[in-house]
Amino acid sequence: MSIEPSETSPKARLLRTILWGTIAVALAGLAIFWALDNYLGNGSKTVRYSGEADIRSEFSLTDHTGQEVTPADYTYRWQLVFFGFTNCPDICPTTLAYMASVVDLLGEDADQVAPIFITVDPERDTVPVMAEYVSVFHPSLIGLTGTEAQVAEATRNFRTWYERTEDDSAPDGYFMAHAGHIYLMQPSGEFEAVYQEGGQPPEALAQEIRKKL
Amino acid sequence: MKITALATVLTLWPFFASADVTISDGWARASILASRPAAAYLTLTSNQSDQLVAITTPIAGNVTIHAVETDNDGISRMVEVDGLDLPSGEPVTLAPGSMHLMLMGLSEKLEEGTDLPLFLTFASGARMEISVPVLGPGAMRPQEQQP
Repeated sequence: MSIEPSETSPKARLLRTILWGTIAVALAGLAIFWALDNYLGNGSKTVRYSGEADIRSEFSLTDHTGQEVTPADYTYRWQLVFFGFTNCPDICPTTLAYMASVVDLLGEDADQVAPIFITVDPERDTVPVMAEYVSVFHPSLIGLTGTEAQVAEATRNFRTWYERTEDDSAPDGYFMAHAGHIYLMQPSGEFEAVYQEGGQPPEALAQEIRKKL
Repeated sequence: MKITALATVLTLWPFFASADVTISDGWARASILASRPAAAYLTLTSNQSDQLVAITTPIAGNVTIHAVETDNDGISRMVEVDGLDLPSGEPVTLAPGSMHLMLMGLSEKLEEGTDLPLFLTFASGARMEISVPVLGPGAMRPQEQQP
């Protein structure tokens, strides 16, 4: 492969220039692609979760009375949103009871807040199940269910996560692993804040919400 | 005679002591639907290193001890605990949001105001029968803190 430059013909030199040029362009392209991918691809994953504007209250679901609803049905109210499932023995009742306390503590301001429970287990959590379930916690608690696709879309827009976990000890052989966050969304559907039961007493959260209203 | 009796008591003391588990703050949450699992909570203090290995109740087909693991992203998963370790003298608390007894296959709903019988079996061989009050579905803690 060692060719002396003096021995090469103009044709070969041209060919070599074209070849090197092609390689240079390919390498530059690869570098740009890698940089962009690194910047937009992997980088954005972490950024996306902390990016507030990216969490949106966008959904098309069915409420516990059987009405099809979207966030437009709650636009005049702030939304307190929690994702869970009715076969959840501990975290969900605990968090929903906590949300109910917060709503009670809001007193007269409570009508400005819509407490919403969205199931991540629509297969079992049908409209009648949701109706019976939410009524136990608070008369104003709204239970939302839908098709698997509708629920998946809602969780995507809220940037939350859930997963079916097979477990022989569970009812019907599975649990739903899910995030335990309570989202406070503005009446416009934009993200305001995120909380967790146990993060602060209900009095403190009610106080914080009241200040924002 | 007295000395013999005392000696016997002292000799047998460790055997009695091994069964000495104190239960406090026991309660269950009323279930919403009979087909949904219910949860019960309690605090156990054993004066000897022991392990809670089994819990049964006549009204549930199956009782398991569950721990909740929450990772950095706030994702909660339930993990079954095969035997609950009770370190000597250290209270082990099952409370909402962390560990709980999960009652499945309920033959009836847990009604607020009733009592739930629980039979506990320990690795030491000790057995206990307790009864815990059923509080409302929105209850967060035992109604009365036991002294």
